[in-house]
Amino acid sequence: MTAARQARLDALGLLCPMPVIRTQDRVGQLEPGTVLEVLATDPGALHDIRAWCRVHGHDYLDDRECLDLGCGETSQKHYHIRLRVAERA
Amino acid sequence: MTEQTKVVAPKAVALISGGLDSMLAARVVMDQGVHVEGLNFFTGFCVEGHTHAIRERRKSKAPKRNNALWVAEQLGIKLHIIDVIDEYKDIVLNPKHGYGANLNPCLDCKIFMVKKALAWAFMEEHGFDFIITGEVVGQRPKSQRRETMPIIARESGAEDRLLRPLCAKHLPETLPEREGWVDRERLFDFHGRNRKPQLELARSLGFSEWAQPAGGCCFLTNADYSAKLQDLWASRGHREYDLDDIMLLKVGRHLRPDPAFKLILGREEGENRYLEGYRKRFITLRTLSHKGPLAMIDGTPDDSQVRLAARILARYSQGRDAEEVQVAVERPAGTGEVLKVAPLPPHGIRDEWWV
Repeated sequence: MTAARQARLDALGLLCPMPVIRTQDRVGQLEPGTVLEVLATDPGALHDIRAWCRVHGHDYLDDRECLDLGCGETSQKHYHIRLRVAERA
Repeated sequence: MTEQTKVVAPKAVALISGGLDSMLAARVVMDQGVHVEGLNFFTGFCVEGHTHAIRERRKSKAPKRNNALWVAEQLGIKLHIIDVIDEYKDIVLNPKHGYGANLNPCLDCKIFMVKKALAWAFMEEHGFDFIITGEVVGQRPKSQRRETMPIIARESGAEDRLLRPLCAKHLPETLPEREGWVDRERLFDFHGRNRKPQLELARSLGFSEWAQPAGGCCFLTNADYSAKLQDLWASRGHREYDLDDIMLLKVGRHLRPDPAFKLILGREEGENRYLEGYRKRFITLRTLSHKGPLAMIDGTPDDSQVRLAARILARYSQGRDAEEVQVAVERPAGTGEVLKVAPLPPHGIRDEWWV
């Protein structure tokens, strides 16, 4: 077993549907099994990315609210969303 | 196409708006054994999504969802969302076929989307055979008319690879019908503005819910929004925009007391927070002595005009009846001052200021 690959996407400050579009485009470049962490301020991204994962068969792992301003250039509450890229069909 | 490639199911790309018609069109083709995937284009002008995120009061009402993704889930198909904000500017600014009742370039828009779908469909790694739309002859005054159907097919380059399952029987046979990938007899002959046939089909297919209003998600068909966009272009002396510009037109009350500047007032907490995100780009005003909305100035006002803006803001604050309201002015460079102003009396806000 090799350690799972990890990637991070900054979608802070973007309004829906831009976070899900960026997620989709990024996932297209990632290896199957990679865990992608998306940072977003728009709470709509929680719903959109979850739905997008269901539609495309990726694993939506979890999400959490965060107030740590060191995460990116935001002074707002934001979310960390994690998903695992599916094996290619 | 060779026999060998057609052993697998034919593949179609469906334009998915999130409304009922495109959902039905995709479904009736899927039911004929065609592999369908959806495409959804984000132009920046869609009512959904953004506005839900900005305005707090909507939280409790309509479900917060992306309708195109929701439709894809109902259909059990993949959906690819494409950002076309930049390319779309040319459609909005220079529509070859002109605008509809407002700034809606519907015919050019449809041609653009079918053309984009075609390019996507024929990319080597995708390898799709044809395009589906939910168009219905006679349904929309600008784009969905008998005369426009062949224009869209021709100018998009899709020609007979464009299938409109809901009104196919009114149109010439297309490639997927000729090749036997879909059975023309099991397609439909809907026409006109009557929505009853779509509703009946939806029920017969087991759908009990769909987004309203169908297909009406574009801000450019909205007269108020179009007026704001015209005002923006007129005030700048050129017709350009970026995503921030078109987003801001959706937010707040807009007043133009003078050609030199426009004032945007937040209508509730969500909008105030959203406007605050632009404080490095525009002059922002907030009331200090009383509760009130956030205001933002777009333009290049002189000091007396900033004072006028502050008086208007005071009028919309809880200090509207006070003799004096303190207003903090913050400029993009970070400098600022505090103004003490008398709220503008109600009759001081002229009707012609409203954008």
